[in-house]
Amino acid sequence: MIPFEYRTPKNLKEVNATLQEFGSDAKLIAGGTALVIMMKQRLVRPSCLVSLRSVRGLNAIELKNGGISIGGLATHREVEGSSLIRRRLPMLAETYHHVATLRIRNMATVGGGLAHADPNQDPPPSLIALSATIKATSVNGSRMIPLDEFFKDYYESVLAQDEIITEVMVPKLAPNTGAAYIKFLPRTADDYATVSAAAVLTLDKTKKTIADVRIALGSVGVTPIRATAAEAVLRGQPLKADGFAEAGEKAKEAVDPVSDFRGSAAYRPSRAGKSPGGHSSAIES
Amino acid sequence: MNKKIKFRVNGKKVEAEVPTNRLLIDYLRYDLGLTGTKEGCSVGVCGACTVLMDGDMITSCLTLAVMVDGHDITTVEGLAKNGELNPVQKSFIQYGGFQCGICTPGQVVAATALLKENPKPNEEEIKDWMMGNLCRCTGYYKIIESIEKAHQFAK
Repeated sequence: MIPFEYRTPKNLKEVNATLQEFGSDAKLIAGGTALVIMMKQRLVRPSCLVSLRSVRGLNAIELKNGGISIGGLATHREVEGSSLIRRRLPMLAETYHHVATLRIRNMATVGGGLAHADPNQDPPPSLIALSATIKATSVNGSRMIPLDEFFKDYYESVLAQDEIITEVMVPKLAPNTGAAYIKFLPRTADDYATVSAAAVLTLDKTKKTIADVRIALGSVGVTPIRATAAEAVLRGQPLKADGFAEAGEKAKEAVDPVSDFRGSAAYRPSRAGKSPGGHSSAIES
Repeated sequence: MNKKIKFRVNGKKVEAEVPTNRLLIDYLRYDLGLTGTKEGCSVGVCGACTVLMDGDMITSCLTLAVMVDGHDITTVEGLAKNGELNPVQKSFIQYGGFQCGICTPGQVVAATALLKENPKPNEEEIKDWMMGNLCRCTGYYKIIESIEKAHQFAK
Protein backbone atom coordinates (compact mmCIF):
# COMPACT_ATOMS: atom_id res chain seq x y z
CA MET A 1 0.00 0.00 0.00
CA ILE A 2 1.10 3.51 -0.75
CA PRO A 3 1.51 5.70 2.39
CA PHE A 4 -1.46 7.84 3.36
CA GLU A 5 -2.68 10.12 6.14
CA TYR A 6 -4.98 8.47 8.66
CA ARG A 7 -7.47 10.74 10.41
CA THR A 8 -9.84 9.78 13.21
CA PRO A 9 -12.55 12.44 13.48
CA LYS A 10 -14.83 12.09 16.51
CA ASN A 11 -18.09 13.33 14.99
CA LEU A 12 -19.74 14.02 11.63
CA LYS A 13 -18.74 17.68 11.70
CA GLU A 14 -15.08 16.74 11.95
CA VAL A 15 -15.55 14.07 9.27
CA ASN A 16 -17.00 16.67 6.91
CA ALA A 17 -14.16 19.09 7.63
CA THR A 18 -11.53 16.41 6.91
CA LEU A 19 -13.28 15.45 3.68
CA GLN A 20 -13.28 19.11 2.62
CA GLU A 21 -9.57 19.40 3.41
CA PHE A 22 -8.53 16.44 1.24
CA GLY A 23 -11.20 16.62 -1.45
CA SER A 24 -11.44 13.76 -3.90
CA ASP A 25 -8.18 12.23 -2.63
CA ALA A 26 -9.79 11.17 0.66
CA LYS A 27 -11.60 7.89 1.27
CA LEU A 28 -13.89 7.05 4.14
CA ILE A 29 -13.09 3.85 5.99
CA ALA A 30 -15.20 1.95 8.53
CA GLY A 31 -14.72 -1.84 8.67
CA GLY A 32 -12.14 -1.70 5.89
CA THR A 33 -12.77 -5.26 4.66
CA ALA A 34 -13.42 -4.14 1.08
CA LEU A 35 -11.34 -0.97 0.90
CA VAL A 36 -8.14 -2.46 2.35
CA ILE A 37 -8.20 -5.23 -0.29
CA MET A 38 -8.59 -2.61 -3.03
CA MET A 39 -5.75 -0.57 -1.53
CA LYS A 40 -3.49 -3.62 -1.31
CA GLN A 41 -4.14 -4.21 -5.01
CA ARG A 42 -3.53 -0.49 -5.64
CA LEU A 43 -6.90 -0.15 -7.33
CA VAL A 44 -7.57 2.66 -4.87
CA ARG A 45 -4.78 5.03 -3.78
CA PRO A 46 -6.17 7.62 -1.36
CA SER A 47 -3.89 10.30 0.07
CA CYS A 48 -5.97 10.25 3.24
CA LEU A 49 -8.15 7.70 4.99
CA VAL A 50 -10.89 9.29 7.05
CA SER A 51 -11.82 6.73 9.66
CA LEU A 52 -15.42 6.60 10.87
CA ARG A 53 -14.48 4.20 13.66
CA SER A 54 -14.36 6.87 16.37
CA VAL A 55 -17.68 8.45 15.38
CA ARG A 56 -20.26 7.49 18.01
CA GLY A 57 -24.00 7.05 17.73
CA LEU A 58 -24.21 5.73 14.18
CA ASN A 59 -24.67 2.03 14.89
CA ALA A 60 -28.10 1.91 16.52
CA ILE A 61 -30.73 -0.54 15.29
CA GLU A 62 -34.15 0.67 16.40
CA LEU A 63 -37.84 1.05 15.59
CA LYS A 64 -38.65 4.25 13.74
CA ASN A 65 -42.02 5.21 12.24
CA GLY A 66 -43.10 1.57 12.42
CA GLY A 67 -40.09 0.48 10.36
CA ILE A 68 -36.53 -0.34 11.32
CA SER A 69 -33.71 2.16 11.29
CA ILE A 70 -30.18 0.75 10.97
CA GLY A 71 -27.23 3.06 11.64
CA GLY A 72 -24.68 3.23 8.84
CA LEU A 73 -21.92 2.03 11.17
CA ALA A 74 -23.81 -1.02 12.48
CA THR A 75 -21.78 -4.11 11.63
CA HIS A 76 -23.18 -7.01 9.61
CA ARG A 77 -22.93 -9.08 12.79
CA GLU A 78 -25.01 -6.54 14.71
CA VAL A 79 -27.78 -6.76 12.08
CA GLU A 80 -27.64 -10.54 11.99
CA GLY A 81 -27.81 -10.75 15.79
CA SER A 82 -30.31 -7.95 16.44
CA SER A 83 -33.31 -9.35 18.30
CA LEU A 84 -35.48 -6.61 16.78
CA ILE A 85 -34.55 -7.59 13.22
CA ARG A 86 -34.76 -11.32 13.93
CA ARG A 87 -38.27 -10.82 15.26
CA ARG A 88 -39.60 -8.35 12.69
CA LEU A 89 -37.60 -9.10 9.55
CA PRO A 90 -35.96 -12.50 9.91
CA MET A 91 -35.21 -12.47 6.18
CA LEU A 92 -32.89 -9.49 6.65
CA ALA A 93 -31.05 -11.16 9.56
CA GLU A 94 -30.61 -14.26 7.36
CA THR A 95 -29.36 -12.16 4.46
CA TYR A 96 -26.64 -10.59 6.60
CA HIS A 97 -25.78 -14.03 8.01
CA HIS A 98 -25.03 -15.13 4.42
CA VAL A 99 -22.31 -12.50 3.98
CA ALA A 100 -18.77 -13.94 3.92
CA THR A 101 -17.53 -15.19 7.30
CA LEU A 102 -18.07 -14.19 10.91
CA ARG A 103 -14.73 -12.35 11.00
CA ILE A 104 -15.77 -10.18 8.07
CA ARG A 105 -19.26 -9.65 9.53
CA ASN A 106 -17.66 -8.48 12.79
CA MET A 107 -15.82 -5.77 10.86
CA ALA A 108 -17.87 -4.80 7.79
CA THR A 109 -20.53 -2.12 8.30
CA VAL A 110 -23.95 -1.77 6.69
CA GLY A 111 -23.20 1.66 5.22
CA GLY A 112 -19.71 0.67 4.10
CA GLY A 113 -21.02 -2.41 2.31
CA LEU A 114 -23.62 -0.42 0.38
CA ALA A 115 -21.15 2.35 -0.50
CA HIS A 116 -18.80 -0.33 -1.90
CA ALA A 117 -21.54 -1.03 -4.52
CA ASP A 118 -20.31 -4.47 -5.47
CA PRO A 119 -23.14 -6.11 -7.50
CA ASN A 120 -22.35 -9.53 -5.99
CA GLN A 121 -23.19 -8.62 -2.41
CA ASP A 122 -26.04 -10.22 -0.47
CA PRO A 123 -27.72 -7.27 1.31
CA PRO A 124 -28.61 -5.06 -1.72
CA PRO A 125 -31.22 -7.40 -3.31
CA SER A 126 -32.93 -7.94 0.04
CA LEU A 127 -32.89 -4.26 0.96
CA ILE A 128 -34.21 -3.29 -2.51
CA ALA A 129 -37.02 -5.85 -2.24
CA LEU A 130 -37.82 -4.45 1.22
CA SER A 131 -38.10 -0.89 -0.25
CA ALA A 132 -35.24 0.37 1.89
CA THR A 133 -34.05 3.97 1.71
CA ILE A 134 -30.64 5.26 2.68
CA LYS A 135 -29.85 8.56 4.34
CA ALA A 136 -26.77 10.24 2.90
CA THR A 137 -25.28 13.08 4.94
CA SER A 138 -22.75 15.71 3.92
CA VAL A 139 -21.75 19.23 4.83
CA ASN A 140 -24.77 20.36 2.78
CA GLY A 141 -27.26 18.40 4.89
CA SER A 142 -28.98 15.08 4.33
CA ARG A 143 -30.96 13.42 1.56
CA MET A 144 -32.92 10.19 1.38
CA ILE A 145 -32.18 7.88 -1.58
CA PRO A 146 -34.38 4.83 -2.36
CA LEU A 147 -31.99 1.91 -2.63
CA ASP A 148 -33.33 0.87 -6.05
CA GLU A 149 -32.05 4.23 -7.37
CA PHE A 150 -28.74 4.05 -5.51
CA PHE A 151 -26.54 1.77 -7.64
CA LYS A 152 -25.24 3.26 -10.86
CA ASP A 153 -22.62 0.93 -12.33
CA TYR A 154 -19.99 -1.64 -11.39
CA TYR A 155 -18.73 -0.47 -7.95
CA GLU A 156 -20.42 2.90 -8.53
CA SER A 157 -23.31 4.53 -6.71
CA VAL A 158 -25.00 7.93 -6.80
CA LEU A 159 -23.23 8.84 -3.56
CA ALA A 160 -21.15 12.02 -3.85
CA GLN A 161 -17.53 12.08 -2.69
CA ASP A 162 -18.43 13.93 0.51
CA GLU A 163 -21.56 11.97 1.42
CA ILE A 164 -21.72 9.43 4.25
CA ILE A 165 -24.38 6.75 4.63
CA THR A 166 -25.61 7.49 8.14
CA GLU A 167 -28.77 5.41 8.17
CA VAL A 168 -30.66 2.69 6.31
CA MET A 169 -34.42 2.84 6.76
CA VAL A 170 -36.49 -0.30 6.17
CA PRO A 171 -40.23 0.39 6.18
CA LYS A 172 -42.77 -1.75 7.99
CA LEU A 173 -44.07 -4.72 6.00
CA ALA A 174 -47.75 -4.64 4.94
CA PRO A 175 -50.06 -7.27 6.47
CA ASN A 176 -50.04 -10.72 4.79
CA THR A 177 -46.49 -10.20 3.57
CA GLY A 178 -43.73 -12.77 3.24
CA ALA A 179 -40.09 -12.12 2.44
CA ALA A 180 -37.29 -14.42 1.36
CA TYR A 181 -33.69 -14.29 0.16
CA ILE A 182 -32.16 -17.14 -1.81
CA LYS A 183 -28.50 -17.43 -2.74
CA PHE A 184 -27.28 -19.96 -5.28
CA LEU A 185 -23.76 -21.00 -4.35
CA PRO A 186 -21.75 -23.44 -6.44
CA ARG A 187 -18.67 -23.52 -4.21
CA THR A 188 -18.36 -22.59 -0.54
CA ALA A 189 -20.86 -21.02 1.85
CA ASP A 190 -18.77 -17.87 2.36
CA ASP A 191 -18.54 -17.08 -1.35
CA TYR A 192 -20.38 -14.58 -3.48
CA ALA A 193 -23.46 -15.99 -5.21
CA THR A 194 -23.67 -17.10 -8.83
CA VAL A 195 -27.15 -15.63 -8.68
CA SER A 196 -29.08 -14.35 -5.69
CA ALA A 197 -32.69 -13.25 -5.45
CA ALA A 198 -34.86 -11.49 -2.90
CA ALA A 199 -38.64 -11.19 -2.98
CA VAL A 200 -41.21 -9.49 -0.78
CA LEU A 201 -44.72 -10.63 -1.60
CA THR A 202 -48.02 -9.32 -0.22
CA LEU A 203 -51.30 -11.18 -0.52
CA ASP A 204 -54.69 -9.47 -0.51
CA LYS A 205 -57.34 -10.05 2.18
CA THR A 206 -58.46 -13.35 0.64
CA LYS A 207 -54.85 -14.56 0.89
CA LYS A 208 -55.24 -16.10 -2.57
CA THR A 209 -54.26 -13.22 -4.82
CA ILE A 210 -50.95 -11.40 -5.02
CA ALA A 211 -51.58 -7.75 -4.14
CA ASP A 212 -47.99 -6.61 -4.51
CA VAL A 213 -44.53 -8.03 -5.03
CA ARG A 214 -40.97 -6.73 -5.28
CA ILE A 215 -38.21 -8.90 -6.71
CA ALA A 216 -34.52 -7.99 -6.84
CA LEU A 217 -31.62 -10.02 -8.21
CA GLY A 218 -27.91 -9.97 -7.39
CA SER A 219 -24.79 -11.08 -9.34
CA VAL A 220 -26.66 -10.76 -12.66
CA GLY A 221 -25.31 -7.47 -13.96
CA VAL A 222 -23.15 -4.48 -13.09
CA THR A 223 -25.62 -3.48 -10.36
CA PRO A 224 -28.28 -5.33 -8.37
CA ILE A 225 -31.34 -5.49 -10.65
CA ARG A 226 -35.01 -5.09 -9.85
CA ALA A 227 -37.08 -7.52 -11.94
CA THR A 228 -39.98 -5.15 -12.62
CA ALA A 229 -41.40 -7.12 -15.57
CA ALA A 230 -41.51 -10.27 -13.44
CA GLU A 231 -43.25 -8.29 -10.69
CA ALA A 232 -45.87 -7.02 -13.19
CA VAL A 233 -46.68 -10.58 -14.27
CA LEU A 234 -47.43 -11.59 -10.69
CA ARG A 235 -49.28 -8.51 -9.43
CA GLY A 236 -53.04 -9.12 -9.22
CA GLN A 237 -52.65 -12.79 -10.09
CA PRO A 238 -53.72 -15.81 -8.07
CA LEU A 239 -50.97 -17.49 -6.07
CA LYS A 240 -50.19 -20.35 -8.49
CA ALA A 241 -47.10 -22.09 -9.83
CA ASP A 242 -47.87 -21.07 -13.47
CA GLY A 243 -47.58 -17.40 -12.58
CA PHE A 244 -44.18 -17.94 -10.96
CA ALA A 245 -42.94 -19.83 -14.03
CA GLU A 246 -43.94 -16.91 -16.26
CA ALA A 247 -42.32 -14.45 -13.84
CA GLY A 248 -39.17 -16.56 -14.03
CA GLU A 249 -39.10 -16.12 -17.80
CA LYS A 250 -39.42 -12.35 -17.35
CA ALA A 251 -36.64 -12.35 -14.74
CA LYS A 252 -34.32 -13.95 -17.31
CA GLU A 253 -34.96 -11.03 -19.67
CA ALA A 254 -34.11 -8.48 -16.98
CA VAL A 255 -30.57 -9.67 -16.37
CA ASP A 256 -27.34 -8.76 -18.12
CA PRO A 257 -24.73 -10.85 -16.39
CA VAL A 258 -20.95 -10.77 -16.44
CA SER A 259 -19.03 -14.04 -16.84
CA ASP A 260 -16.70 -15.08 -14.07
CA PHE A 261 -15.57 -18.28 -12.39
CA ARG A 262 -18.85 -18.50 -10.45
CA GLY A 263 -20.90 -18.92 -13.62
CA SER A 264 -20.87 -17.85 -17.27
CA ALA A 265 -22.99 -15.05 -18.69
CA ALA A 266 -24.85 -17.69 -20.73
CA TYR A 267 -25.67 -19.81 -17.67
CA ARG A 268 -26.75 -17.14 -15.20
CA PRO A 269 -30.09 -16.13 -16.82
CA SER A 270 -31.39 -19.70 -16.55
CA ARG A 271 -30.43 -19.69 -12.88
CA ALA A 272 -32.13 -16.30 -12.38
CA GLY A 273 -35.28 -17.66 -14.03
CA LYS A 274 -35.50 -20.40 -11.42
CA SER A 275 -35.32 -17.99 -8.50
CA PRO A 276 -38.93 -16.68 -8.38
CA GLY A 277 -40.25 -20.26 -8.42
CA GLY A 278 -37.96 -21.12 -5.55
CA HIS A 279 -39.29 -18.16 -3.67
CA SER A 280 -42.94 -19.12 -3.95
CA SER A 281 -42.27 -22.09 -1.70
CA ALA A 282 -39.88 -20.19 0.58
CA ILE A 283 -42.43 -17.44 1.19
CA GLU A 284 -45.32 -19.80 1.87
CA SER A 285 -43.32 -21.75 4.43
CA MET B 1 3.43 8.62 7.32
CA ASN B 2 3.31 7.49 10.92
CA LYS B 3 0.72 7.61 13.66
CA LYS B 4 0.96 7.04 17.40
CA ILE B 5 -1.17 4.25 18.80
CA LYS B 6 -1.79 2.70 22.21
CA PHE B 7 -3.33 -0.70 22.59
CA ARG B 8 -3.03 -3.99 24.47
CA VAL B 9 -1.84 -7.22 23.00
CA ASN B 10 -2.32 -10.34 25.10
CA GLY B 11 -2.81 -8.09 28.13
CA LYS B 12 0.41 -6.11 27.65
CA LYS B 13 0.33 -2.41 26.91
CA VAL B 14 1.89 -1.35 23.64
CA GLU B 15 2.68 2.25 22.73
CA ALA B 16 4.18 2.78 19.33
CA GLU B 17 4.45 4.93 16.29
CA VAL B 18 3.39 2.87 13.28
CA PRO B 19 3.32 3.58 9.56
CA THR B 20 -0.33 4.15 8.58
CA ASN B 21 -0.05 1.54 5.84
CA ARG B 22 1.25 -1.17 8.19
CA LEU B 23 -1.18 -4.10 8.36
CA LEU B 24 -1.98 -5.52 11.79
CA ILE B 25 -0.68 -8.96 10.83
CA ASP B 26 2.67 -7.53 9.75
CA TYR B 27 2.86 -5.37 12.87
CA LEU B 28 2.21 -8.39 15.09
CA ARG B 29 4.62 -10.68 13.27
CA TYR B 30 7.51 -8.44 12.30
CA ASP B 31 7.43 -5.60 14.83
CA LEU B 32 6.21 -7.45 17.93
CA GLY B 33 7.65 -10.87 17.01
CA LEU B 34 4.30 -12.60 17.57
CA THR B 35 4.70 -15.01 14.69
CA GLY B 36 1.96 -17.40 15.83
CA THR B 37 -0.55 -15.54 13.66
CA LYS B 38 -0.16 -16.73 10.08
CA GLU B 39 -0.91 -15.14 6.75
CA GLY B 40 -2.64 -17.37 4.20
CA CYS B 41 -4.78 -15.83 1.49
CA SER B 42 -4.22 -12.10 2.28
CA VAL B 43 -7.81 -11.29 1.24
CA GLY B 44 -9.82 -12.21 4.34
CA VAL B 45 -11.04 -15.62 3.24
CA CYS B 46 -8.87 -18.34 4.80
CA GLY B 47 -8.91 -17.47 8.51
CA ALA B 48 -5.23 -18.20 9.20
CA CYS B 49 -4.72 -14.62 10.43
CA THR B 50 -7.66 -14.65 12.88
CA VAL B 51 -7.08 -12.64 16.08
CA LEU B 52 -9.52 -11.29 18.65
CA MET B 53 -10.27 -7.61 19.01
CA ASP B 54 -12.09 -6.93 22.30
CA GLY B 55 -13.07 -10.61 22.21
CA ASP B 56 -14.47 -10.63 18.66
CA MET B 57 -12.77 -12.43 15.78
CA ILE B 58 -11.25 -10.18 13.13
CA THR B 59 -9.09 -10.65 10.07
CA SER B 60 -5.67 -9.20 10.84
CA CYS B 61 -4.60 -9.21 7.17
CA LEU B 62 -7.34 -6.66 6.34
CA THR B 63 -6.92 -4.55 9.47
CA LEU B 64 -4.54 -1.61 9.57
CA ALA B 65 -2.40 -1.45 12.70
CA VAL B 66 -3.68 2.11 13.31
CA MET B 67 -7.22 0.69 13.57
CA VAL B 68 -6.49 -1.15 16.82
CA ASP B 69 -5.68 2.05 18.71
CA GLY B 70 -7.46 1.82 22.06
CA HIS B 71 -8.44 -1.84 21.68
CA ASP B 72 -7.48 -5.19 23.20
CA ILE B 73 -5.94 -7.71 20.82
CA THR B 74 -5.53 -11.40 21.63
CA THR B 75 -3.35 -13.62 19.48
CA VAL B 76 -2.75 -17.35 19.80
CA GLU B 77 0.22 -16.54 22.07
CA GLY B 78 -2.21 -15.01 24.56
CA LEU B 79 -4.47 -18.03 25.00
CA ALA B 80 -2.34 -19.99 27.48
CA LYS B 81 -2.41 -18.59 31.03
CA ASN B 82 0.60 -19.01 33.36
CA GLY B 83 2.06 -21.63 31.08
CA GLU B 84 -1.14 -23.69 30.97
CA LEU B 85 -2.80 -24.24 27.60
CA ASN B 86 -6.47 -23.32 27.28
CA PRO B 87 -9.12 -26.07 26.88
CA VAL B 88 -9.25 -25.68 23.09
CA GLN B 89 -5.48 -26.05 22.78
CA LYS B 90 -5.47 -29.13 25.02
CA SER B 91 -8.30 -30.67 23.03
CA PHE B 92 -6.59 -30.04 19.68
CA ILE B 93 -3.57 -31.94 21.02
CA GLN B 94 -5.60 -34.74 22.58
CA TYR B 95 -7.83 -35.31 19.54
CA GLY B 96 -5.37 -34.52 16.73
CA GLY B 97 -7.00 -31.30 15.52
CA PHE B 98 -4.11 -30.41 13.22
CA GLN B 99 -1.92 -31.80 10.50
CA CYS B 100 0.59 -29.41 8.90
CA GLY B 101 -0.26 -26.70 11.44
CA ILE B 102 -0.42 -23.56 9.32
CA CYS B 103 -4.14 -23.01 9.90
CA THR B 104 -3.99 -24.10 13.55
CA PRO B 105 -3.43 -20.73 15.27
CA GLY B 106 -6.46 -19.32 13.42
CA GLN B 107 -8.54 -22.43 14.14
CA VAL B 108 -7.66 -22.36 17.84
CA VAL B 109 -8.36 -18.63 18.21
CA ALA B 110 -11.69 -18.97 16.35
CA ALA B 111 -12.72 -22.01 18.41
CA THR B 112 -11.81 -20.18 21.63
CA ALA B 113 -14.14 -17.34 20.60
CA LEU B 114 -16.88 -19.88 19.84
CA LEU B 115 -16.59 -21.59 23.21
CA LYS B 116 -16.78 -18.27 25.00
CA GLU B 117 -20.18 -17.68 23.40
CA ASN B 118 -21.34 -21.29 23.35
CA PRO B 119 -19.48 -23.59 25.81
CA LYS B 120 -20.88 -26.84 24.33
CA PRO B 121 -21.50 -26.32 20.62
CA ASN B 122 -22.90 -29.15 18.51
CA GLU B 123 -21.51 -30.18 15.13
CA GLU B 124 -23.77 -27.84 13.11
CA GLU B 125 -22.94 -24.86 15.31
CA ILE B 126 -19.23 -25.63 15.01
CA LYS B 127 -19.44 -25.85 11.21
CA ASP B 128 -21.37 -22.58 10.97
CA TRP B 129 -18.90 -20.73 13.19
CA MET B 130 -15.71 -22.28 11.80
CA MET B 131 -16.81 -22.01 8.16
CA GLY B 132 -14.28 -19.23 7.51
CA ASN B 133 -11.25 -21.17 8.76
CA LEU B 134 -9.88 -23.26 5.95
CA CYS B 135 -7.60 -26.30 6.41
CA ARG B 136 -5.66 -27.16 3.29
CA CYS B 137 -4.87 -30.63 4.69
CA THR B 138 -8.69 -31.03 4.89
CA GLY B 139 -8.37 -32.29 8.45
CA TYR B 140 -11.82 -31.03 9.29
CA TYR B 141 -13.21 -34.12 11.08
CA LYS B 142 -10.52 -33.99 13.73
CA ILE B 143 -10.84 -30.21 14.08
CA ILE B 144 -14.60 -30.55 14.64
CA GLU B 145 -14.05 -33.39 17.11
CA SER B 146 -11.45 -31.36 19.02
CA ILE B 147 -13.84 -28.42 19.37
CA GLU B 148 -16.79 -30.65 20.29
CA LYS B 149 -14.77 -32.22 23.11
CA ALA B 150 -12.95 -29.08 24.30
CA HIS B 151 -15.46 -28.59 27.12
CA GLN B 152 -13.97 -31.69 28.80
CA PHE B 153 -10.86 -29.64 29.51
CA ALA B 154 -12.68 -26.65 30.95
CA LYS B 155 -12.48 -26.24 34.68
